[in-house]
Amino acid sequence: MSTSLPTRGGDTETVSPPRPPGPKGQPTGGSGRPQWRQRLSRLDHTLAPYLYISPFFLLFLVIGMFPLLYTAWVSVHDWSLLGGKGEFVGLDNYREVLQNPYFTKQLVNTISIFAISSVPQILIALVLAALLDNQLRARTAWRMSILLPFVVSPVAVAIIFGSLYGDRYGLANEILGVVGIDPVSWHTNRLASHVAIATMVNWRWTGYNALIFLAAMQAVPRELYESAAIDGAGRLRQFLSITVPMIRPTMIFVIITSTIGGLQVFAEPRLFDQTTARNGGSDRQFGTITMLIYDFGWQLRDLGRASATAWLLFLVICAFAVVNFLLIRRLGRLGTIGGRG
Amino acid sequence: MSRRPGFLVYGLLIAFVLGSAAPLYWSFLLGSQTKEEASQGIPPLLPGGHFLDNAQRVLDSLPFWKALGNSLMVSTVTACSVVFFCTLAGYAFAKLRFRGSGPLMVFVIATMAVPTQLGVVPLFILMSKLGWAGSVWSVVIPWLVTAFGVFFMRQYLVDAVPDELIEAARMDGCSQIRTFLTVAVPAARPAAAILWLFTFMQVWTDFFWPLIALPPDNPTIQVALNQLQSGYFKDFSLVLAGTTLATIPLLVLFVLAGRQLVSGIMQGAVKG
Repeated sequence: MSTSLPTRGGDTETVSPPRPPGPKGQPTGGSGRPQWRQRLSRLDHTLAPYLYISPFFLLFLVIGMFPLLYTAWVSVHDWSLLGGKGEFVGLDNYREVLQNPYFTKQLVNTISIFAISSVPQILIALVLAALLDNQLRARTAWRMSILLPFVVSPVAVAIIFGSLYGDRYGLANEILGVVGIDPVSWHTNRLASHVAIATMVNWRWTGYNALIFLAAMQAVPRELYESAAIDGAGRLRQFLSITVPMIRPTMIFVIITSTIGGLQVFAEPRLFDQTTARNGGSDRQFGTITMLIYDFGWQLRDLGRASATAWLLFLVICAFAVVNFLLIRRLGRLGTIGGRG
Repeated sequence: MSRRPGFLVYGLLIAFVLGSAAPLYWSFLLGSQTKEEASQGIPPLLPGGHFLDNAQRVLDSLPFWKALGNSLMVSTVTACSVVFFCTLAGYAFAKLRFRGSGPLMVFVIATMAVPTQLGVVPLFILMSKLGWAGSVWSVVIPWLVTAFGVFFMRQYLVDAVPDELIEAARMDGCSQIRTFLTVAVPAARPAAAILWLFTFMQVWTDFFWPLIALPPDNPTIQVALNQLQSGYFKDFSLVLAGTTLATIPLLVLFVLAGRQLVSGIMQGAVKG
């Protein structure tokens, strides 16, 4: 099979020398053909890798790089969903967004929901992984059961938990009633709604993260535990002094991925909402930044402000990544992480 | 830790598994009751037997089959495409020497940190200009090849394909693509299955972009559920029956391939 050479993509000039003009040097006795084939094969070996990786880069260019830059372009214009591009307005969109009281409120909500969900999630996932890191019977069955919530879509999770957290007849309030606690207004109270949404995120992701931690825990050399046991360290002490420091790189990985995901939370609060506008409660007490992007762009039909909000969200995520990084390095310098990692 | 676990460990695990399963059972429970029963506090612990009636009501009030077809189509096409292109690219990064492969791989990993939601506005404008707005292709395109997939396949193929084999194929005069097909593809099979599953699930559960890109009469399952929930008047038996119906396909997938999912998560993380 002859391979078709790409006409674009790989920079052909640098790898293929210009062909020798044909009729000049007369080839002797058919040695021309093998030579030509050899050259083709060499070309195949040089160009093929670029050809194989090109789909990713082409697609990233179209739906990653280009949108990133284009978002910036849209954000400095008046740009309506229906009318398209208007005039250049500089940073006006950013000013409008930053001055909009909902921006601050929804940014605080986003961070609050993220904090309430990620800290318990990581702690519970750690404990769960430690439980699974035993010689259990039916190991695979346990691991699979832990992962069950992961196959339920965030939309479905939000609907199910929305009914569990019903203000009047929800199961959560009924149970609280049995214990003798007054019903909580999960949809109107700001903090309560954040807790409800954090529960959804945690229900879906804790098992998944526990499996990631478990994989890291299994790579910890068993001799370490044995020698610690000989030194008289109890199980908790072993966990804090050996397991946690040994899986720190994995913890960093999980923290960073859950930050990127957690700050973009959208489906859960949107479907938890029972008002008709669905912007995150009657006074946006649980609206998030991504919901604001949607609201600006597809409800108010102002793509300029939606783009400005998207860029601001990106900056927030970058800031969080930097803070995370510094925090983790700091913890690393302290030697051992205490119980409240 | 190599010890035989005690009663406490099993007890905690059982509690956790019950917590994982309970909300799903609740959804089926309420979905199997009449509208009146479902709005009255603590339900009985056993299903009410009206699930099929409620399911019928879901089918009457939504383009459910169309949504299911769309979701299946989008998830299947993207999963196959991701497996194909990511195996190719992952193989190139893992096994072929070419100028700039290091920096290019770093670039691929860096793109993973860019949130997709940042690009929704231009993506929307682009799809409108191309005339694909409202068609399921606008949901398929962004998912055709993923950075995570390239990275995952590369990590796997580095160890799975011995260099000697590639060298031998080359000595025999195989072209690059033939070497890829005869040496790399068979070795990549286990990882490809995992990547296929993951992509399928991710696309199936995706919500933000389909909500923007698709009109109400041509939704994916998630967008259809969103419509069901947005009724002015809360009818939990209907909404939760719909939610249960929409979750069944992935539950089936989970029962069939949960083992691969578990091993996939555990592999992807160790080497990451």
